[in-house]
Amino acid sequence: MADERFDVIVVGAGPAGTAAAYTIAKAGLKVALIERGEFPGAKNIFGGVLYRKQLEDLIPEFWKEAPLERTIIEQRLWVLGEDNTFQVAFRDGRFQDPPNCWTGLRVKFDQWFASKAEQAGAVPIYETVVTELLRDVHRVVGVRTDRVDGDLYANIVIIADGVNSLLGKSLMVHREWNPDQVSLAVKEVISLPKQTIQDRFNLEDNEGCTIELIGQMSKMAGLGFLYTNKDTLSLGVGVMVSDLQKKRVKPYEVLDSIKRHPMISRLIQGGEVKEYSGHLIPEGGFDSIPPLAGDGWMICGDAAQMVNAVHREGTNLAVTSGRLAGETAIAAHLRGDFSFGTLDDYNTAIRASFVHKDLKKYRGVHSLLGFGDSEKLFDKLPESLNEAIYQMLLVDGVPKKDKQKMAMRLLRDAAGGNLDLLRLGIKGWRAMNG
Amino acid sequence: MLHIVVCIKQVPDSREIRIDPKTNTLIRQGVPAIVNYYDLHGLEEALRIKDEFGARVTVITMGPPSAEKALCQCVSMGADEGVLVSDRAFAGADTLATSYVLALTIQKAEDTWGPVDMIFCGKQTLDGDTGQVGPGIACRLDMDQLTYVELFESLDIEKQEVVVRRHLEDGVERVRARLPVLITALDILNRPRRASLPGVLRAARYKPIVWTTNDFSNLDRSKIGLKGSPTIVSKTWVPEPKQVNTEYVDSANVVAAATDLLNRLYATELPQKLGWS
Ligand SMILES: Cc1cc2nc3c(=O)[nH]c(=O)nc-3n(C[C@H](O)[C@H](O)[C@H](O)COP(=O)(O)OP(=O)(O)OC[C@H]3O[C@@H](n4cnc5c(N)ncnc54)[C@H](O)[C@@H]3O)c2cc1C
Ligand SMILES: Cc1cc2nc3c(=O)[nH]c(=O)nc-3n(C[C@H](O)[C@H](O)[C@H](O)COP(=O)(O)OP(=O)(O)OC[C@H]3O[C@@H](n4cnc5c(N)ncnc54)[C@H](O)[C@@H]3O)c2cc1C
Repeated sequence: MADERFDVIVVGAGPAGTAAAYTIAKAGLKVALIERGEFPGAKNIFGGVLYRKQLEDLIPEFWKEAPLERTIIEQRLWVLGEDNTFQVAFRDGRFQDPPNCWTGLRVKFDQWFASKAEQAGAVPIYETVVTELLRDVHRVVGVRTDRVDGDLYANIVIIADGVNSLLGKSLMVHREWNPDQVSLAVKEVISLPKQTIQDRFNLEDNEGCTIELIGQMSKMAGLGFLYTNKDTLSLGVGVMVSDLQKKRVKPYEVLDSIKRHPMISRLIQGGEVKEYSGHLIPEGGFDSIPPLAGDGWMICGDAAQMVNAVHREGTNLAVTSGRLAGETAIAAHLRGDFSFGTLDDYNTAIRASFVHKDLKKYRGVHSLLGFGDSEKLFDKLPESLNEAIYQMLLVDGVPKKDKQKMAMRLLRDAAGGNLDLLRLGIKGWRAMNG
Repeated sequence: MLHIVVCIKQVPDSREIRIDPKTNTLIRQGVPAIVNYYDLHGLEEALRIKDEFGARVTVITMGPPSAEKALCQCVSMGADEGVLVSDRAFAGADTLATSYVLALTIQKAEDTWGPVDMIFCGKQTLDGDTGQVGPGIACRLDMDQLTYVELFESLDIEKQEVVVRRHLEDGVERVRARLPVLITALDILNRPRRASLPGVLRAARYKPIVWTTNDFSNLDRSKIGLKGSPTIVSKTWVPEPKQVNTEYVDSANVVAAATDLLNRLYATELPQKLGWS
């Protein structure tokens, strides 16, 4: 056991844990930041897009020194058919200043972010795995690590150990996620010369663009992404674990087929795969959020399922929940009370924030990911949409009215009939409008 | 109490090193820095002696300010103090200048914390790779040197004696020597420990001691840095990978494949060269 006691121990130096440690250290409390990686970010991956607002609340003008890749000025949505693509895109120069979001790489970003927490006074304990929570009856009083003399005590433990959250499971606040509450993502980082990227994506200097991909996910509920970094591209797919199990498909097979799609292959052509990785993404949404606090503990970020899958937002929810947990810890410290009664203020703060509101809005989305509907929404409809548009645009003497009918029929067949098309439409509309 | 000095160098992680095809030099930028692999084995042996007999372990390194991190790692494992010798004037040192400064540093460590009984160095570094610095220090301090040590057999404090096994090209040498000695460590010497949690906590707040040129009263400035380094690098190049022709033996079964392989081998000059009939 270490002789030293801390006010707060934070487990996990991802965006959530680091935001909590930073907040607490700045207030002058003694906080330890424990991370299993060789350094924060060493093994972390995401798509990924980092957002300004929530980080700025913590560190004003952080983007002037943080290691970011490109400022996103254009976002595209591609609906992929087998060898055709329906595209929507939005570009606006205003996204440049002040920047709205950036692409980033976690290896660099997490390390930088944690260094800010260290500078603020957080004590870094890296390459260290927390193996269990130490408890006094049901109060959490510290953590056990995998090091010699590895027990460490504190008044509060903030659990920010990511989607798998062994610690959350040990508290029984949630169980092993069901296969329909998580998706499995695989991602490649592909290096290409800076100029090639700019030419292929119509960008200049540090401008960046994101492409979200729907369709061609081997008949499963999933989304793909292709993001521009400085001199690499991030290409990945995330597929519901429940679908992967049922279809017995490996996620990298889905990624491989996306890489061969004619629209994608020309963008990554000549690139060298630098990195390959996989990670789970929480998809359960609002209804999967566990209890957020108890005697001596709070839980935040992915460990609490705080991901808005529709808008691919996760890091910003993590940062906000970490900050709110940190602020609650500071208040508890001043009051000298670390029981559920005080720490539940964190729950109240989350409820008042965009985290709770956004997740609530998209509460219904999870039901669209169920087997059956998912195949229609993520595979058949995208395919038929492309075919319908092809027919509409082909000038072959067929009267437009007939073409319109044909297009509707294509969509109807993909949905499984008129009623199903209507049902999916209403369900989708409700899910998106909350 | 015994006083042991361990010399460590921060080096780029050789697993991630690449060579710039244009300049033929190592690309150091962006490559993570680690404590030279062999030096950790030297440190581990010093810490074992500390565990068994009690000792003060001082770790020293000459390098840029970023080498503080390497010293903190050593402190987390159990070293008592870390000294960084750092100054622009030391930059560009070859093995001659490096061992000169390190010898002075060890003398200053003796003045500060008492006489040194043992010095541990690594067998060689992952980047410079010469293996000359350890012996260089020993010569300057007029101390016995035990290089390529694979086993630390015993230490007798009464008799002021150590027994070690040296791993040589043509065998193993068991040597008894009087303290003080300088030992250079092989990687088979031991298995470096993982820091304990209290060790990590101490290292997280530890600030290494920094000595600059101003901290050495007897420093001869003509012997340090680039000026004190007579080594001239006349040329560096990346050896061309040898061209190897690969033929695939593709036959219906193992026997046919083996026969085919033998026939093809006998069609070359190889059997003659090897003296096969
Ligand atoms: C492929 C993919 C794409 C994504 N794209 C985006 C995107 O574009 N934009 C976005 O905002 N979000 C995106 N997300 C989601 C985002 O990455 C997460 O929501 C966010 O990282 C959650 O932060 P966190 O701190 O809660 O968890 P994590 O980032 O997972 O951090 C948890 C940390 O805890 C450490 N840890 C775990 N267990 C232990 C233990 N026992 N002891 C010590 N340390 C431990 C881990 O090593 C890790 O560093 C994406 C996710 C994936 C997988
Ligand atoms: C061909 C060649 C060209 C070089 N060119 C340059 C150059 O242009 N500029 C330049 O700056 N360097 C150059 N160097 C590197 C420089 O000479 C060496 O890095 C340095 O002198 C130490 O030698 P080494 O790394 O070979 O250590 P070795 O002799 O292999 O090290 C043996 C042991 O000595 C100890 N030790 C070595 N260095 C230190 C240290 N700094 N602090 C503490 N302990 C130490 C460690 O215990 C180490 O395990 C060159 C080296 C070579 C071989």
